[in-house]
Amino acid sequence: MEQEQQNSSVVQKEEISNGVTGMTIIVKTVSNWVKVLIVLFGIYIILFGHLTPGGGFAGGVILASSYVLLMLAFGREFVEKDLPLALDSKLDCLGAFMFAMIAILGLVFGGVFFLNFIYQKYLPGQPLKLISAGTIPLSNIAIALKVGASLFLVIFVLSTFRRETPAKKSQISRIETDYTDKSVKSGDKSV
Amino acid sequence: MTERMVAITMAIFYVLLLFMIIAAIIAIETKNLLSSIICIGALGFGASLMFLFLRAPDIAITQIAVEVLGLIILIRATISRDLTFISGDKEFFGTVVSVVIIFVIFLAGIRVFETLPDFGTAIFAEVPDAASQTYIKKGLEDTGAANIVASVILDYRAYDTLGEATVLFTSIIGATVILRKKAKKLLEEPEL
Repeated sequence: MEQEQQNSSVVQKEEISNGVTGMTIIVKTVSNWVKVLIVLFGIYIILFGHLTPGGGFAGGVILASSYVLLMLAFGREFVEKDLPLALDSKLDCLGAFMFAMIAILGLVFGGVFFLNFIYQKYLPGQPLKLISAGTIPLSNIAIALKVGASLFLVIFVLSTFRRETPAKKSQISRIETDYTDKSVKSGDKSV
Repeated sequence: MTERMVAITMAIFYVLLLFMIIAAIIAIETKNLLSSIICIGALGFGASLMFLFLRAPDIAITQIAVEVLGLIILIRATISRDLTFISGDKEFFGTVVSVVIIFVIFLAGIRVFETLPDFGTAIFAEVPDAASQTYIKKGLEDTGAANIVASVILDYRAYDTLGEATVLFTSIIGATVILRKKAKKLLEEPEL
């Protein structure tokens, strides 16, 4: 039954956690714990972008790198099921659209393109608090969404693209055994 | 800062610069592609530390995150193609010509280097009514953001950030369209 499941093109999530694809069980367990910390750190860098160094660009890259960690540890199919490429493209477009909307709303409410209308008209807030600086945190969130989704999209598409010629199939499987669990390649599921 | 702290800082700075130069030379000259990629990673890490020395922590965070991602992409791109060694010798005549040209440009550059201000001085702040003085003095009350870099790139110069986001968006669209058809076809095939 393991051979049937390995030959079919649909890989279930239970098999992935049992060690059919991806890396060893130690890597998978540790990256299950570490991904939470990476996402939390990325969200902190984004939200506090107007108080401490960081901002939308750095935080978006950190969020994308958490998904790259999952891709390295669990294999591409797991991440494709977790975050399909269609949803990723839509998140990317949503981020760009939000950023453009903030600019146009500045035009609508204040008469100036990209006016910080929340700070100057509606909600000044107190300096050095989280809720301050008007549209700057919202711009940070939009840019982080855009940059993170774009980078993950490019890395995923590039890593799928590399397997283009079937003539290199044997070489690829020979090299990949250096980075995947050896007991899996020999069909042994006692790990 | 005392004299001793300045001397120690400059010594660390020069050691870091030497490390980056050696890593760059090894990255170019070695024939093993994996070693070359690791040297590029060391170079990027050194660049991130340089940004911290020059008091730009925003850029340092972005540099280290992008460099790690770039390293992963490069490693996956070279390992998969079974291409870990480059062979063939470089031409002798080409090397001699490039060295001569670099030497001539270096001689011309020495004349220019004497007229530059010291490394690390804030050029734009020397004029009293420069834009940077306005950003520093009135950044907090104009925008409300404590991080002056964020207030410059997202309020005073938000139009430039819109241009940069558009460039990123368009390039990602182009890359995805070029690589997409084969990816779709490969995802439907059974796993090798």
